[in-house]
Amino acid sequence: MAEVALVEAVNMALARALEEDENVILLGEDVGANGGVFRATDKLQARFGEQRVLDTPLAESLIAGMSVGMAAEGLRPVFEMQFLGFVYSAIDQMISHASRLRNRTRGRMTCPLVLRAPYGGGIHAPEHHSESTEALFAHMPGLRVVIPSSPARAYGLLLAAIRDPDPVVFLEPKRIYRLVKQDVEDNGEALPLDTCFTLREGTDITIVTWGACVHETMQAAEDLANNGISAEVIDVATIKPLDMQTILLSVEKTGRCVIVHEAARTGGVGAEIAAQLAEKGLMFLLAPVQRVTGYDTVMPLYRTEQSYMIDKKRIIETVQETMEFV
Amino acid sequence: MTNVANFSIEFTQYLNENSEVVQPLPESASNTQTLVDMYKAMVLTRVFDKKAIALQRTGKLGTYPSSLGQEAISVAVGTVMREEDVLAPYYREYGAQFIRGVSMKEILLYWGGDERGMDYQGPRRDFPISVPIASQGPHAVGAAYAMKLRKEDRVAVVFFGDGATSKGDFYESINAAGVWDLPMVFVVNNNQWAISVRRDNQTRCQTIAQKAIAAGIHGEQVDGNDIVAMYDVMEKAMERARTGKGATVIEAISYRLCDHTTADDASRYRDDDEVETAWKKEPVKRLRQHLVNVNAWDDNAEEALLLSCSQKVDEQVNAYLETPAQAPETMFDFMFETIPHDLAQQREYFLNRGK
Repeated sequence: MAEVALVEAVNMALARALEEDENVILLGEDVGANGGVFRATDKLQARFGEQRVLDTPLAESLIAGMSVGMAAEGLRPVFEMQFLGFVYSAIDQMISHASRLRNRTRGRMTCPLVLRAPYGGGIHAPEHHSESTEALFAHMPGLRVVIPSSPARAYGLLLAAIRDPDPVVFLEPKRIYRLVKQDVEDNGEALPLDTCFTLREGTDITIVTWGACVHETMQAAEDLANNGISAEVIDVATIKPLDMQTILLSVEKTGRCVIVHEAARTGGVGAEIAAQLAEKGLMFLLAPVQRVTGYDTVMPLYRTEQSYMIDKKRIIETVQETMEFV
Repeated sequence: MTNVANFSIEFTQYLNENSEVVQPLPESASNTQTLVDMYKAMVLTRVFDKKAIALQRTGKLGTYPSSLGQEAISVAVGTVMREEDVLAPYYREYGAQFIRGVSMKEILLYWGGDERGMDYQGPRRDFPISVPIASQGPHAVGAAYAMKLRKEDRVAVVFFGDGATSKGDFYESINAAGVWDLPMVFVVNNNQWAISVRRDNQTRCQTIAQKAIAAGIHGEQVDGNDIVAMYDVMEKAMERARTGKGATVIEAISYRLCDHTTADDASRYRDDDEVETAWKKEPVKRLRQHLVNVNAWDDNAEEALLLSCSQKVDEQVNAYLETPAQAPETMFDFMFETIPHDLAQQREYFLNRGK
């Protein structure tokens, strides 16, 4: 058992996958000798060779598109977008091909690939390095979208993503890449790709969140407990498919729900969760569902990015307002 | 100032537009049977094409892109490729697809709005037709990378039109083929028109072939309406790919004698004179005349061929028309290997909706 940070757990899972399946290939910009700009692929090229851990030309559409071709030929490509902000020229390949190759060919060809990308704000990064656009991928039929929020979940979910027979978008909250360390056993055990994680049980309110916001949410839940409010915290983790059953069962118990995400508000994944709560859980609700989200603005550059980011205070205040609703 | 690099682009033609032999024929052309087989494949493609347009005009087929006038490129490519190679086509290269075992029925199903038209029963590893321009380039790169990694004796061949060579995916693909010395052939069907934009407005490059130079791979131009030249150049490119000598861009010069698709009206943007001139260079007549000149073809053979092509096409058209539509719930069934719970709920809702 090793105590590792989230980014190290990603590295562990990648090494494990390369070890157990010769068809697994890592590719991307600077993933080789440099080990990735966040070191997610550190030392993997030295261990598994330049042919299986390959630096590509600086061409995101190529990286995604050649992964489609590799997958069609039976390989299991795991490609890195250096930052999610650079994925947009690869989106054509994701929506036009990766997500639909199986469907187009009625199952003749399949596309077991993984798109890995660090995402999210709060690390004083340059322009285009801080956005949270998971909802774009959740909206594309044919993709699974996964966001881990702890080292153990990063390890288990990434292994599951690589072994999955269909394309998976795996977004890594880079603000918490090294925030906490946790014992993670390199046992090759994957986690399910369709199940939420209830991180804290509570009876008064359900807080649904994912990614780096899980940390502020857990802190808020702790403070709320000290003030007599018992919050249940759910880490969605698998953004698509959404495990609404876990969320609905929790809201049936608590009667109140706050959704927390860093991404922009309109059309965010929180809107989908709120819509499904309205469809299937309206009679459980004692108060309107509230959202704590990023704004519909361009992500501010880093001198003012903290004003955009979600802090513990906003979560606590929104929970208190929801609790006060009668 | 020092000149650090020099480049040139070669153009190959053996038969001119009057089927005159303009330089000693390559050895491949001495095999008359191959030429006859390719002639038959070109005519079959053309007969199919005419029938497909007729089906569209009578409401029995959706929008259809014709390959009229460009059959030599496609047929030569399909003839030179081996079964185990991989083809990544865009729309308009039926000649190669038919030779590789894609059925006319499958092509009709595809343009007739049925996904089963991409479930090729013949070449199981060939990519389906790619509609987003140039996006098939990276797929061929990935397939070629897999072949090289596994040390397989296979080649990935990818088709583009002239318009596609303006796109990033084209440049990114030829560049990657150079970086990794991939076993690939990039075939550009330069039919002079990308819908309504003429070749000269697509790029100021003197040739499209020279784009290969920027990627560090071999590039050359060929008369794509001269199948003798097309076969020769393709054969050498495939040999280059198989022997680890790198990828090739073949710019095959042709002309789109048809509209872009059945939804297009080319008379809006190009002159009849230009099309009339282009007809004089078309590939089917050119090869037929050559075969007649070498006593390998005559009117009787032509008559028999046309009859046999019509019969084959009619059989396939009937098979297409007699194929019932898929059960509509199949829209859910090929999204994932195992349907996720959320999609399963939508499928159930869909099935119950009608009850």
